[in-house]
Amino acid sequence: MAKKTEELKDTAMEATKKVVRAVKKKVVDVVTDEATKEAVEAVKTAAKKVEKAVKKAVADEQYVDGKVPEGPLAEKWTNYKAHQKLVNPANKRRLDIIVVGTGLAGASAAASLGEMGFNVLNFCIQDSPRRAHSIAAQGGINAAKNYQNDGDSVYRLFYDTIKGGDYRAREANVYRLAEVSNNIIDQCVAQGVPFAREYGGLLDNRSFGGAQVSRTFYAKGQTGQQLLLGAYSALSRQIKKGTVKMYSRYEMLDVVIIDGRARGIIARNLVTGRIERFFAHAVVLGTGGYGNTFFLSTNAMGSNGSAAVQIYKKGAYFANPAFAQIHPTCIPVHGEFQSKLTLMSESLRNDGRIWVPKKLEDAKRLQRGEIKGRDIPEEDRDYYLERRYPAFGNLVPRDVASRAAKERCDAGYGVNSTGLAVFLDFSDAINRLGKEVVAARYGNLFQMYEKIVDENPYEEPMMIFPAIHYTMGGIWVDYELQTSIKGLFCIGEANFSDHGANRLGASALMQGLADGYFVLPYTIQNYLADQIQVPRMSTDLPEFVEAEKAVQAKIDRLMAIQGQRSVDSIHRELGLVMWDFVGMGRTKQSLETALEKIKAVRKEFWSNVFIPGDKMDLNVELEKALRLADFIEIGELMARDALNREESCGGHFREEYQTPEGEALRQDDKFSYVSCWKYNGEDKEPTLLKEPLDYEFVTRQTRNYKS
Amino acid sequence: MWLINSSIGRKLIMSISGAALVLFLLFHATMNLVAIISEDGYNMICEFLGANWYALVGTVGLAVLVLVHILYAFFITAQNYRARGNKRYAVSTRQQDVEWASKNMLVLGIIIVLGIGLHLFNFWYKMQFTEIMHSAGASINDIAKATDGVYWIKQTFSCPVYVVLYLVWLGALWFHLTHGVWSALHTLGWNNNTWMPRVKCISNIISTLVVLMFVSVVIYYGLASLGCCGSSCCAA
Amino acid sequence: MNLLLVKQEIINLKKMEKTINITLKVWRQAGPKAKGAFETYKLENISTDSSFLEMLDVLNEQLIRERKEPVAFDHDCREGICGMCSLYINGHPHGPDSAVTTCQLHMRKFKDGDTITVEPWRSAAFPVIKDLMVNRNAFDQIIQAGGYVSVNTGGVPDANAIPIPKPVADEAMDAASCIGCGACVAACKNGSAMLFVSAKVSQLALLPQGKVEAARRAKAMVAKMDELGFGNCTNTGACAAECPKSVSLSNIARLNREFICAKLKD
Repeated sequence: MAKKTEELKDTAMEATKKVVRAVKKKVVDVVTDEATKEAVEAVKTAAKKVEKAVKKAVADEQYVDGKVPEGPLAEKWTNYKAHQKLVNPANKRRLDIIVVGTGLAGASAAASLGEMGFNVLNFCIQDSPRRAHSIAAQGGINAAKNYQNDGDSVYRLFYDTIKGGDYRAREANVYRLAEVSNNIIDQCVAQGVPFAREYGGLLDNRSFGGAQVSRTFYAKGQTGQQLLLGAYSALSRQIKKGTVKMYSRYEMLDVVIIDGRARGIIARNLVTGRIERFFAHAVVLGTGGYGNTFFLSTNAMGSNGSAAVQIYKKGAYFANPAFAQIHPTCIPVHGEFQSKLTLMSESLRNDGRIWVPKKLEDAKRLQRGEIKGRDIPEEDRDYYLERRYPAFGNLVPRDVASRAAKERCDAGYGVNSTGLAVFLDFSDAINRLGKEVVAARYGNLFQMYEKIVDENPYEEPMMIFPAIHYTMGGIWVDYELQTSIKGLFCIGEANFSDHGANRLGASALMQGLADGYFVLPYTIQNYLADQIQVPRMSTDLPEFVEAEKAVQAKIDRLMAIQGQRSVDSIHRELGLVMWDFVGMGRTKQSLETALEKIKAVRKEFWSNVFIPGDKMDLNVELEKALRLADFIEIGELMARDALNREESCGGHFREEYQTPEGEALRQDDKFSYVSCWKYNGEDKEPTLLKEPLDYEFVTRQTRNYKS
Repeated sequence: MWLINSSIGRKLIMSISGAALVLFLLFHATMNLVAIISEDGYNMICEFLGANWYALVGTVGLAVLVLVHILYAFFITAQNYRARGNKRYAVSTRQQDVEWASKNMLVLGIIIVLGIGLHLFNFWYKMQFTEIMHSAGASINDIAKATDGVYWIKQTFSCPVYVVLYLVWLGALWFHLTHGVWSALHTLGWNNNTWMPRVKCISNIISTLVVLMFVSVVIYYGLASLGCCGSSCCAA
Repeated sequence: MNLLLVKQEIINLKKMEKTINITLKVWRQAGPKAKGAFETYKLENISTDSSFLEMLDVLNEQLIRERKEPVAFDHDCREGICGMCSLYINGHPHGPDSAVTTCQLHMRKFKDGDTITVEPWRSAAFPVIKDLMVNRNAFDQIIQAGGYVSVNTGGVPDANAIPIPKPVADEAMDAASCIGCGACVAACKNGSAMLFVSAKVSQLALLPQGKVEAARRAKAMVAKMDELGFGNCTNTGACAAECPKSVSLSNIARLNREFICAKLKD
């Protein structure tokens, strides 16, 4: 591989030299037509050579091609839709599509494909499609509507997202996302999503981190719930119509590949334990992120990365696994048996001010529980975000806010008994707006906080601390959201595409619904148009049988271990390794330690786990064990990717690479690419492939939220 | 058909029949009050409501309402029992804000039906029924007293046992009405967040008014009988 | 923060936190057709800061250590919004605390030495799958019957094309906050699903987008609810009293109104 890169470099160098020579000649010999011609020719030949070399390299899988359509940024998607292949209505009925997951992406995709007339099979692990974890998103959804007349536009939303992602996302995808964002709001309102409104009857907006405009639409503190219920209702309508068949309490355990194309899945009926086979002409994964690798995260207990790992093992590339987002406003850890961390919406940062004491002795007294936050006088409070980032203040992007909190706590200024918390204070907002206005905006969040912490946030400042929240990395997909396996698509948080190295608040809902409602239903047709001649296949084909056997064997192997430890206890151990060594601040050394330790966890898991019960029954421990096996894979991949990426960008912070002020320091000349990891088999190191990120339309800058 | 087949239809029947019965009770209670003010006036009303065709139509209508209300109550309760499933909770605690009456409407209803039986025997059987039989040609001794409502009231409430029975009966009626009145309006859809407390208040006022009017007659004549001699019933 | 620090913190925490000892009576049932029974477990040193489900995690950890099958119960988001958790605790769906789901119920609501009885939802329409898990598919079927606005993806008007008065939008939002957990059915002595159905019917009937097919929706959803064997509402209000999202009883009045008007127009 290195050799090929060398070759490529040489060709490029040679071409450049030629150009330089030609130009020199031009300058020295005054202007002659010949010299100009020669220069132009030289450039042309060189360019051709480079192109050829790149194509060859792509063919050799050295580079990964995102298949971004030609043309100006703003016209790419329109052009794509104008020229893509479509499937006629009569043929749609004859094509089966499996959609795994019923979150915002999965449910909206299944519903939209059903409406179009495809025959859809939709799977979810919960008892109902309405339970997917998208439901827990609180704050809102972005769109470039510019209803507030504050200068928003599609381009600005695109630019903010690219910048927020620290220039590690694919331009064309992000632009498309910003483009369709407006349609999402229209669609949701038409479905009856009760977005918050002004007294004039029009939609209200709030601001979110990383933006200087108010473009976030919201429904109380339950935006994710309302959007998901909107998608769920559309899905329910299709289930009634019979275009979608719903399989609840089913977990996908493998994808079936026939002649290089995804043709179905193997799934376990979680109630009976039966392993079943399902055929489809195309498979779509909307299975969410892998934040639960850390055990403690804001993800739901059932959220997992297993579907992603299964297709990774079948040849789909896993992109940027190291990019995980740590959310700054979560309720701090309280104890040993804690099962998850609860997020407090980022929207709280609109009116809440984040601070720690200025004096170390005050912090110590807080930690010992001798004083309360409100006892510290105004002049002794350090509003460190406002101090460090005057332009954005408390609304800096999540990664920046999280790291700043960690920095203060590491310096000893933490404000609770563990020293791992900072204050989020509403006293100013309550004085300025009155308690009622604050209650109307954040009442349900305050109530939730009080239920969990048993402290009244109207009187005492809230305590918050960062926690793992979202994974920007995921399955690699091209512009059409197709993975490196033909006929296998990946949408929503499960793919890597739109958020780069850091996601802005209120963009996850936008991406999930964009993929599901407005992107995938188009792009999948470009693939399916060639599949109309393919008849429905029998699930007795050897590929299906093989895949099922492999799944059975894995389950049998797990059940047979009969060790001493519960799945959760091993998962906790993995989580601690991840948080300590692959967490907010990473170093070469910590990552190498992580790789060692994960190896030990893997060994412990495969030799000492105990799964009670029967595999042919509802068996929660077995479900958890299957997922943990995959979390271990992902954990290792995350550490490996983080080790490879010797730069700091967005949610990925390598302590070796920071500015003197402690801000992330990107290495654009070396790491301006998507790392795509290709599986090579058990106990073999995966291969790193790269998708170069060429910024044609925006200039990369250092993210600056100070001025 | 939807009045039988759908749950809301069945509830609608319950609410309409119930509401009509409440109106009847209001009328009946007001009429009874006259017995305190003027005995002759009361007897005039009794005469008016004797075996006349309009009174008879009213009586039949009333009987149908009561029957429908009772039958639907049993029908709905049976269905609801099935909907609970085969297993019952081992522990069940009463929720705050849930009226005791609302969960015991059937029991209260049964008490009320028993009371109605007694009441029909005490009054209706001796008054309107006697008149009907008389017009039908049967020879009945008490025909002279058939329109003398006050006589029967005095007769009945001179016995303390009846006073107590009637008071218990009216107590059950009060509980039944406190839930029944607002519930009927709610089922008809005449309720919202703003009106919920008002509707409940109106419901309480109506039920208290109705029951107080009935109770006042019982107490009045109960006390009156203590003033004069011992009653024949007790003596017997 | 490294591993050692975390351990030190946990030790510190342990010193500070309050713990209680409790006795649990848990309904165990091997499968839908199996005969179930209560089993009693003793748990010690439960932190009052932990949630009810974390306490059950501790129980399960203990059972696994004893090489027994853990208690099966539904849960997912553990932040009170997915509606998956569903326990009937000491005579209350989602336990004795008001306006919370089981996952947000904390052990500080219980006293040292308490006996806590944990049962599954009991309703003919929600059959038990295993232990404390029930099948709430009936709710999905009711939504499928009509709990939507019939619009396809794309081709819809601009979001601001139809102004909606703020109070109406807010009321629709309050109705829409239903999480579909089934506590209303579990709490109802009639096993009625009226609060659930009325919340959806209300939300969509209030908004102009949903009003278009409000009559059809009310009829279809009520018919499905009746067909699935839910009971008749008798307005006891137990549903609203136990609803973790405080969905209001007046939604039922609106459903009645919508349904009766729709039927009268037939």
